[in-house]
Amino acid sequence: MLRIEYSDYEAIRAHGEETYPNECCGVLLGNHTAGDGAAATNHVRQIVRAGNTRTDSAHNRYNIAPQELVKIQRQARGLGFDIVGFYHSHPDHPAQWSKTDFAEAHWLGCSYVITSVEQGKAATTNSFLLIGTGEDDKKFEDEAIQIDIHARVAAISGA
Amino acid sequence: MKIHIPTPLRSYTGGLETVSIPGGTVDAVFQQLTVKYPDLKQHLFTPEGKLRSFVNVYLNDDDIRYLESKQETAVKDTDELTIIPSIAGGMNL
Repeated sequence: MLRIEYSDYEAIRAHGEETYPNECCGVLLGNHTAGDGAAATNHVRQIVRAGNTRTDSAHNRYNIAPQELVKIQRQARGLGFDIVGFYHSHPDHPAQWSKTDFAEAHWLGCSYVITSVEQGKAATTNSFLLIGTGEDDKKFEDEAIQIDIHARVAAISGA
Repeated sequence: MKIHIPTPLRSYTGGLETVSIPGGTVDAVFQQLTVKYPDLKQHLFTPEGKLRSFVNVYLNDDDIRYLESKQETAVKDTDELTIIPSIAGGMNL
């Protein structure tokens, strides 16, 4: 399961709207709780926006520069967090992983969040957990998203 | 020197985020790392012994692929090595 605060969830979706018609991307920092199946949780504590280096094809590809990832991992370490996942958007395309997403996914145990952005507006957001023991048996598994709404936000929104 | 292990590979280092390995070069450090944690090897290197294409290794802030001596680059105990798999994808129609 992916657990994320409402404000972070909305920030991910807003990022996809800002970069439309190009893909956005970023990193999810937090803590991983081990467990079987749905009991395993990637709890997001902070999201970090990243630049998309695929300026040659930013409308349908994304890549985070490894040196930026090194800095983000260093930042996570300083906060007592781990990298627990990544996010990107699919402009005018379903929030489902593509062959490219799968081929380029190497962070086993991490959550890959995809938001479809339709005509500039964030639509569906899905999460997929990359499971397996290596490149030979890895696969994406649909992952539930638990969105935490703080009491203050709930009061404002009337939830 | 310290080697920072990314989240997906920590199950092969007993859950450790950082391991300390002595060594004179990047290559020597990797040799010792994979002797100490043998299950790491297949995830970092191809059967031919080449660093897998999606595995990036940074010596402090420098990608070792672009260092003049690459994996033969000398290292100090105060240096840090970071292993970071690549992040990429997209709908790619």
